[in-house]
Amino acid sequence: MTQTISKSGLSDLRSKDEIRAERRKGRTGIYLVAPGLLVLALFFALPVVVLLAMSLYVKPPGAEIGEFVPGFEIGNYMTVLSAYWPELLRSFWFALIATVLALLIGFPMAYLVAVRLREKPLLQGILLVLLIAPFFSSFILRTQAWKQILADEGFIAQALKFVAILPADGHLTATPFAVVAGLTYNFLPFMVLPIYANLGRLDTRLLEAAGDLYASPMNSFFRITLPMSAPGIFAGTLLTFIPAAGDYVNSALLGNNRNTTMIGQVIDSRFFKVIDYPGAAALSFVLMVSILVLVTIYIRRFGTKELM
Amino acid sequence: MNANLAPTLPETRTSGADLELRGITKRFAEFVAVKDLDLLVPSGTFFALLGPSGCGKSTTLRMIAGLEAPSEGSISIGGEDVTSLPSHKRPVNTVFQSYALFPHMSVLENVAFGLKRKKDPEAMAKAQAGLEMVELAHLANRKPAQLSGGQQQRVALARALVNRPQVLLLDEPLGALDMKLRRQMQLELKTIQTEVGLTFIHVTHDQEEAMTMADTVAVMNEGRIEQMGPPRELYELPRTAFVANFLGKSNLMRGEVTGKRAGLLEVDVAGHSVLLPEDRAVQTSGQVVVGVRPEKITIDRTSSGAAHNELSGTVIDVSFTGTTTEYLVDVPGIGRIGTFSQNRGQQPAAVGDTVYLYWEADYSFGLAGDERMDAGVEQ
Amino acid sequence: MKLGRWFVPVVGGLAFVYLLVPIVYIFVFSFNDAGRTNLEWRGFTWDNWANPCGAPAVCESLANSLQVGIVATLIATALGTCIALGLVRYKFRFRKLTDVLIILPLATPEVVLGASLLAQFLNLGWELGYWTIVIAHTVFCMSFVIVTVRARVSSLDPRLEEAAADLYASPRLAFWKVTFPLLLPGIVAAALLSFAMSFDDFIITNFNSGNFQTFPKFIYVSATRGIPAQANMIGSAMFIVALLVVIIGQIISYRKKKQLEKV
Repeated sequence: MTQTISKSGLSDLRSKDEIRAERRKGRTGIYLVAPGLLVLALFFALPVVVLLAMSLYVKPPGAEIGEFVPGFEIGNYMTVLSAYWPELLRSFWFALIATVLALLIGFPMAYLVAVRLREKPLLQGILLVLLIAPFFSSFILRTQAWKQILADEGFIAQALKFVAILPADGHLTATPFAVVAGLTYNFLPFMVLPIYANLGRLDTRLLEAAGDLYASPMNSFFRITLPMSAPGIFAGTLLTFIPAAGDYVNSALLGNNRNTTMIGQVIDSRFFKVIDYPGAAALSFVLMVSILVLVTIYIRRFGTKELM
Repeated sequence: MNANLAPTLPETRTSGADLELRGITKRFAEFVAVKDLDLLVPSGTFFALLGPSGCGKSTTLRMIAGLEAPSEGSISIGGEDVTSLPSHKRPVNTVFQSYALFPHMSVLENVAFGLKRKKDPEAMAKAQAGLEMVELAHLANRKPAQLSGGQQQRVALARALVNRPQVLLLDEPLGALDMKLRRQMQLELKTIQTEVGLTFIHVTHDQEEAMTMADTVAVMNEGRIEQMGPPRELYELPRTAFVANFLGKSNLMRGEVTGKRAGLLEVDVAGHSVLLPEDRAVQTSGQVVVGVRPEKITIDRTSSGAAHNELSGTVIDVSFTGTTTEYLVDVPGIGRIGTFSQNRGQQPAAVGDTVYLYWEADYSFGLAGDERMDAGVEQ
Repeated sequence: MKLGRWFVPVVGGLAFVYLLVPIVYIFVFSFNDAGRTNLEWRGFTWDNWANPCGAPAVCESLANSLQVGIVATLIATALGTCIALGLVRYKFRFRKLTDVLIILPLATPEVVLGASLLAQFLNLGWELGYWTIVIAHTVFCMSFVIVTVRARVSSLDPRLEEAAADLYASPRLAFWKVTFPLLLPGIVAAALLSFAMSFDDFIITNFNSGNFQTFPKFIYVSATRGIPAQANMIGSAMFIVALLVVIIGQIISYRKKKQLEKV
């Protein structure tokens, strides 16, 4: 009879998206999207292009401070990279350590709230509120508070000196340790919340099933819980690493010496203190590109579609 | 294609707003969902569109509702062409498969939604009455999420019915309910339809549901209506292998017409002579497919002695279901024939027994010789 | 697993302490009778709470931050919600490119966002100040709004709009009666997130504000000289207000859940 419409099996089984895409065409969509995209184009995409152009500007002979003319000076990149590669590497290194630490601290937190306290909604609610609490208090105030808590005359430094973990002339602030601790602290909620959202959907019956199939608790953790929370871990690590690598508030307040300077500080001071716009632009561009490359590799390697 | 099998409908019971589809075709980007469909549903009919998933029945329904535009053809309701009318201007309401109740509104607000859009001054009172009809008046202030599946289904029904649409569309509305609730709702729907006298178009893939509820059933397959008529007629006299298999079960056998006498065709099926009324055959010469429903066959350990319509074979499977015992018999040259017998204390045949299967010639039906014998068999 | 039984609560609990130590510290030091520098404890006083605007520039910078936060949030939420609706509901030719344009600001460190906008403003010759900050904040908030609202739009059952159309609602009415109320919680969440980020932003602001003072900028600048205790008071007060809002929200949703369960 009719073999001609073999694909008709799809007709009633089309997904929501297909129904949607099917129905809506035309102008309204453009009107909805255009204003916002225009803002993004004018104040995000175009500025990046301007930044790239500015990174190639040249200083004409006899120019005043802050006076540059358009040019094509690739040498700007060589100059700033040869001067500031240690700060660039340090930024990534600090961000990496902070991300790993935040994951190690954040996962148990997320697990505690999302899984262990599932049967106790009141306590769960309280801890969830505490988890997002840092968002409501000023980032810089908190960092400054750490500075004072870790100060030489502060209780923690004194105690550590008393038990001789810290030498008598040692410091806690103005060290790489303080900067990494500050980064870990400040971006911890960005790690915990996506993992929490993921673990919240974890069906604990899966763990019972794994136990029933002779998996030890350790086994079911590594074979069930961890893989199932992978998208949350993935999102959390990105949300921690990217801002941490570009941050300079922590290194400025908690570090502020030559061993702790991060690239953000350099960019800031090139712009505002040295008034070297091309150099600052070149460094910014290098930072952006290296993060995009790292993130792309990371997404290729571990990425899931759930992110988008 | 069997040209002589154009869909026929029983006599119109009431006059008024009929639904008519003429030459409807729906193409999506890469396939054709509905193909040149003609359909006339007289007003007041409980009409079922029955078919497997993907046969185009839901697409047809969506086109009637105005949620999908046909690629070709026209739709008219009560003689008025509504093809280009958007959904919100059609005198049609739908009970959606997933109910699609508005989660942010109370049950009463849901039911009153359509009436308010039509600026009915008595919207709230009518909605309340609608809820009383489905016996949910006491839950009027609840949110849909607080109702059970069966209750949500009734709200969806009330929400559509209070608008007194000329045609009510039901898109597998009972699919999500459990068996018991489903039977109950089938009865209620049927009762309501009789009371309000509206035209109901019910889309389903459940053949039993279609047969118990509808006055007229149209069996759809691959974008076409294969056969249409009252449920009993469809069951007793299927015109295609698809209908024979999808609506109940059938035993189909391929054979050759060898002669005619007294209104009967004589068909040679692998050496057996099978008689078949000429007026029950789609095709009266050459290769044909002969069919017979399982319950029409008598299974016996001794031959009936008749020269026609008797096969013999070996029992290969016996299953006891309580009221009946079902048999699967392997007939050499033909294949497997299914049948059953009522359990009335007789000793059932056992696997390996040789048995005789016979039936009256009037129960045979004839299909075109080029049919696929497994068309419409549910997996 | 014995190890796991105590490991998770102990590590998780300690992490919560870690998270809250500076917040508690800020709160305690908002009662410090600090004088000019709030570095060490000098005695308890209500003065800072009684007279929050006592220190110069604290309240001005706070008012500036609130104003920038509200304006940027309104713009970003409106534009971002429209984009989210458009992207999910309509067909486009440059969808891939649009996605990149939306996601990229989220994958760009603040310092680069700030620097590139600064380059743009320098290039255009615009004076840095209130409007440049509003623009900068709008840009980085918008991506968050789009991502948040888009998730909400995608999870919306398209059949609800069909049902509205089937019940005689025109497309416009179907949007305002059905779609919008269902999106509203997502939009509000996105707006709150935007405001929190704008209010607390320092790096991007620092690049694009010129002499315009915001609350975070004020604290950063005064950090070297010592932050006045009034800043601690304001930080604590904001924190308490936000906390109350969240707690009330939690209680309401908890009650609702209980109510649903009862039936």
